[in-house]
Amino acid sequence: MVEPPEPDAGPVVSFEGVGLGYGGGPEILKDLNFDLEPGSFHFITGASGAGKTSLLRMIQMALRPTRGAITLFGRDTTSLQRAELPLLRRRIGMVFHDRRLLDHLDAFDNAALPLRLAGARLPDYQADVAELLAWVGLGERMNSTPPQLSGGEQQRLAIARAVVGRPDLLIADEPTGDVDHEMAIRILRLFVELNRLGTTVLIATHDDDLVARSGRPVMHIEGGSLRRISSRGAVA
Amino acid sequence: MSGPAPISRRPPAPLLPAEDARDGALVFVVTILCFIACLALVSALAANRTAHGWRTELKGSATVVVRPGPNETPDAAAARAADALAGVRGVGEVEALEKEKAEALLEPWLGKDLPEDLAIPRLVTVELDAKHPASAASMEAALQAAQVDATVDDHSLWLKDILRAGLLAQSAAIAVAALIVAAAAAVIAFATRAGLQARGDLVSVLHLAGAEDGFIAALFQLRFGRMAAIAGLMGAGAAAIVAGLFRLIGGEAGLMPVLPIAWSDLLPLLACPIAAGAVAAISARTTALSLLKEMT
Repeated sequence: MVEPPEPDAGPVVSFEGVGLGYGGGPEILKDLNFDLEPGSFHFITGASGAGKTSLLRMIQMALRPTRGAITLFGRDTTSLQRAELPLLRRRIGMVFHDRRLLDHLDAFDNAALPLRLAGARLPDYQADVAELLAWVGLGERMNSTPPQLSGGEQQRLAIARAVVGRPDLLIADEPTGDVDHEMAIRILRLFVELNRLGTTVLIATHDDDLVARSGRPVMHIEGGSLRRISSRGAVA
Repeated sequence: MSGPAPISRRPPAPLLPAEDARDGALVFVVTILCFIACLALVSALAANRTAHGWRTELKGSATVVVRPGPNETPDAAAARAADALAGVRGVGEVEALEKEKAEALLEPWLGKDLPEDLAIPRLVTVELDAKHPASAASMEAALQAAQVDATVDDHSLWLKDILRAGLLAQSAAIAVAALIVAAAAAVIAFATRAGLQARGDLVSVLHLAGAEDGFIAALFQLRFGRMAAIAGLMGAGAAAIVAGLFRLIGGEAGLMPVLPIAWSDLLPLLACPIAAGAVAAISARTTALSLLKEMT
């Protein structure tokens, strides 16, 4: 895995008065104000359709807010040049809800994609990727393509791809949705381990058990607004 | 984390699925375009060489029409004209054509067995020095000094037509080539647009994983550039076979005398795969970069 870059001063992610609406309709997210400090670990919860995925997509700069300001790694995303996006995105590992694996690539090449895009050479990352795939239980399936993998295996592969570059920020959308309880715990341990090494983690989930087991703070979306809840369930 | 590291791993697979490149219809269209472009090129080269040959031939000679005086035979007048011209600087060989040769030249228009009393002008052919040819004025001056009633035709009228015809052939070939290049670029742009739209999922993943626009455009550039180079090779090969058959059937004079194909005319076809690949690569890159700017 590549060495993590120097941490930026200030929050990794900062939302100030952010609102989001689609096609001129009412805002589905409104007045979002929060900071993710470097090395923090948060969960986002909320009912289906509450806007968890939209929030993550705004962090990823795949969606632009209709108002407010988002700062990423100390950079105001509204003033970013297009050419600056790739370098910022490479600092973010993303587990998509729909996984978005590339069906024509095998598991190894899928997992290695962020390293390849960052310009790394096969000899430099081959051992790391193989080790990571073995760790998520895909050591024997690295030559299989996504259509040949089960739903749970695909999910683990998507997680491997998100963490392989040891990103500064990991955002995951329902990362344990298709895995059994034991694998969910293993995945949580992987996220915790990455967090311990300095990665800021933000996970959107419905898995209350995972949230409770982690003991990490929760941001709950309800009615388009965000409430910060402590790990013990009390409103902060 | 622990686990066995692979001893060896094959090179990474292409990020664009290989099957996208096997669009038979696209390869066929580009092959046909290259085939037409190559035939146009061979024709232009042959036409240009023919025009150049005619030009050289006409520029290197002049024809003098001699009208005999009242007390002079046509042969004597032609001989005097030849003598006068032989001394002009820039004139090589001079030959007074015999009556039979002059009649033979007129045969296509007047037929055989011309009447004896028909006044046929006598012709003197003049070969000019290739480097410093004599001018029509200097030859006319020499003829006047020798009191020979004659008209010098230095073929300048024909030369203009030949030059115009050569220029027209070249312009037509350039126009055809330009149209074909534009058509090929448009076809590749269309295919790139379709490819980007069909692979929107892949492009989105690459973007969000931190790929630069130039990196993604390079995937399509390489894909279509390579495909067009292969199509160019096939198109040029087919054109070379057709032109070669024309050369073999027609011999040195060619199938058509106006387009005598030489083996050397086929050499420029070697550049077709490179040119096709370059045009396709530029078109694919430009289109991809333009479309990617519209994406998030």
